[in-house]
Amino acid sequence: MERRAYYKNPVLPWLLIAPQLLLVAIFFYWPTSQALYWAFTLEQPWGGGNSWVWFDNFLAIFRDREYWGTVLRSGIYALITTGLSMSVALTLAAFVDRSLKGTKLFQSIYVWPYAIAAPAAGVAFRFIFAPESGLVGSINDIWPGIWDPSTNGIQALVMVMICHAWLGIGYNFIFFLAALQMIPRSISEAGAMDGARPFRRMLDLQLPLIAPTAFFLFIMNIISSFTDSFGLIDTMTEGGPIGQTEVMVYKIYFDGFKGLDYSGAAAQSIVLMLLVIGLTFIQFKWVERRVHYH
Amino acid sequence: MIERSPFFDFITYVAMAIGALLVIIPFWITFVAGSQSLQEVSQVPISLLPSGHLWENLQAAWVRGDLGPKLLNSLIVAVGVTVGKITLASLSAFAIVFFNFRGRMICFWLIFITLMLPLEVRIVPTYAIAANALLPFQVILDTLGISWLVQAASGIQISLNWNLLNSYTGLILPLVATATGTFLYRQFFMTIPDELVEASKMDGAHPIEFFFDVLLPLSRTNMLALATIMFVGSWNQYLWPLLITTDRANFGTVVMQLKALIPAQNGTPDWNVTMAGALIIMLPPLLVVAFMQRWFVRGLISRDK
Repeated sequence: MERRAYYKNPVLPWLLIAPQLLLVAIFFYWPTSQALYWAFTLEQPWGGGNSWVWFDNFLAIFRDREYWGTVLRSGIYALITTGLSMSVALTLAAFVDRSLKGTKLFQSIYVWPYAIAAPAAGVAFRFIFAPESGLVGSINDIWPGIWDPSTNGIQALVMVMICHAWLGIGYNFIFFLAALQMIPRSISEAGAMDGARPFRRMLDLQLPLIAPTAFFLFIMNIISSFTDSFGLIDTMTEGGPIGQTEVMVYKIYFDGFKGLDYSGAAAQSIVLMLLVIGLTFIQFKWVERRVHYH
Repeated sequence: MIERSPFFDFITYVAMAIGALLVIIPFWITFVAGSQSLQEVSQVPISLLPSGHLWENLQAAWVRGDLGPKLLNSLIVAVGVTVGKITLASLSAFAIVFFNFRGRMICFWLIFITLMLPLEVRIVPTYAIAANALLPFQVILDTLGISWLVQAASGIQISLNWNLLNSYTGLILPLVATATGTFLYRQFFMTIPDELVEASKMDGAHPIEFFFDVLLPLSRTNMLALATIMFVGSWNQYLWPLLITTDRANFGTVVMQLKALIPAQNGTPDWNVTMAGALIIMLPPLLVVAFMQRWFVRGLISRDK
C-alpha cells in the first residue's frame, strides 16, 4: 500500500530503521547463515578447521532412525495439541458469542493461560500428573502402577501435550471469538428465520465464515508446537523416559549443547527452519487469497 | 442473542462453567498445593481445599529459588525488551510507512522474514554470536583484507570482541528485534489519513516532530496493546536466558528458576514449596494480562489483519 503523502529525505529513514536492521542482521541473519555453513561442514576431529562435506550431515540425520522417531513424534505432537487446543477454544468462543448475561467474566478467565510461561505451566502440570502425588496419581491407588509418566513414554507425551494444549486455549479463544463477533448479526438472524437451530447455524454459517481465522490459527499452532515445546519438555520430562518425549527442537538443543555436535544440530536446525518457513509461506499465500466478510 | 431458548441458555452456562473449570483447575491446584504442608501435599488423594501454610511455603520457595534477585532480573529484562521493541518497532514502521526511499521494500522484507526464523531453530549459532557480537564485523574486516592492512601498516591486530554472555545486554538485545511489533505499528500507521501528514508538512514541522507530536499520541492504545504482549512474552522467555546465563546466581531470570524448585528425583517431594514458587512466578504476567485485557486483545487481533 502506498501513501500519497510522504516525506522525502535521503538519510533520515535509514537512521530510523538502522537499529532494527542491525539487530536483525546480527541476531537473525548471521546465525542463520552460520547454521547453514555448519550444516554443510564438519569439524575435523583432530583440529585443522572445518571441511566442507556437502550433504553428509543431512544424510547422517536422515539415516538415523532415532531422528525420524523425533520427527514423527513432533508431527503427532503438533497435530494432537493443535486439534485439542483449537477445538476447546472454538467451543468456548461459540458459547461466549451468544453474549448471555455474565459472559464477560468467563471470557476474561479463558484468556488467562496466555499469560503463563510454558515452564510454569509445565511444573504445575507435572505435579498434577505426578504418579506419587494425589491428583491423577490417585488412580494408582485403584490400579497400582497404571499411571507413571516417568517410565511410560506415551503417558509422558500425553501429559506434555495436554499442558501445551491448555496453554494455547487463551490465544485461540481470543481469535475465534473475534472472528465470530465479526460475522454480521443479520446473517445469523436470516439463518434463524429459515428455521436453523443454533447448532445448524454453527455448522453451516459460522464455521465456513471463520474458516480463514481457523486456518491462520492452525498454522500458528503448528509452528508454536514445533518451537514453544522446548520449555515444557525441559521442565516436564527432559526428553525422557529414554528419549520418548524428545521433539525436534529439544533434540537440536540436546545434540548442540550437550552433545556438542554442531554440524548435526545445525543440519537439524535447517530442517526445522525449512518446516517453519514452509508453513509460514503457506499461511501468507492463503491469507492473500482469503475472503473478507467485513 | 437471536432466539429465546431457556434450555439452550442453560446448556451455554454449563459449557462455559466447564470451560472455566478447565482453565482454572491448574491454577487452583497450584494455589492449593502451595498452601499445604509437606504431609498434606503428599496425601493421596490430595485435598482440594487450601490449607494454612501458604506463607511459609512462599518464604521457603523465595529462599530456595533466590526469587528476590531473580524477579528483579526478570523485571529488568522484560521492561528492557518491551521498551526496546516498542522504540525500534515504531521507528522502523515510521520509516517504512512515511518515507519514500530506495530500498524501503527490501528493509520491510528483511524484517518480515525474521518471522520465519524463530530463536528455537537457530539456537546454537545465536549462542555463538552472543559470545562475541562483533564477530560478523571481524569476519567482514578479515575477508576484505582490512585487518591485514591495518596490521601491516600499524602493527595493531584487530580483534573485535564483545561478549554478551552473562549480561543484561545479552539477555535483552537479541530479543529486541521484532517483526511483529513493526507490523502492528505499520498497520496502524497506514490508517493515519494523508491529510494529517500534509497538514504537518504545511505547518513546517520536521518529520521527527510529526512522529512525536502526532503519531505517538495517536498510537497510545496500540502501544499499550503491544507493550502487554511484549512484556508477557519476554517475562516468559525460557530458552534464551537459559543459554546465555551460565552465571545463574547473578543473571538468572525467575522462569529459569522453576526447574531448580522441582523436587529432586530421590529428595523430599516437597511439591508444596515448588507450587508456591510457581505461584509467585506466574503472578506478574497474569496480573498484567488481567489488567490490560481490553488493550492487549486488540493488539493480538490486529496482527491477524
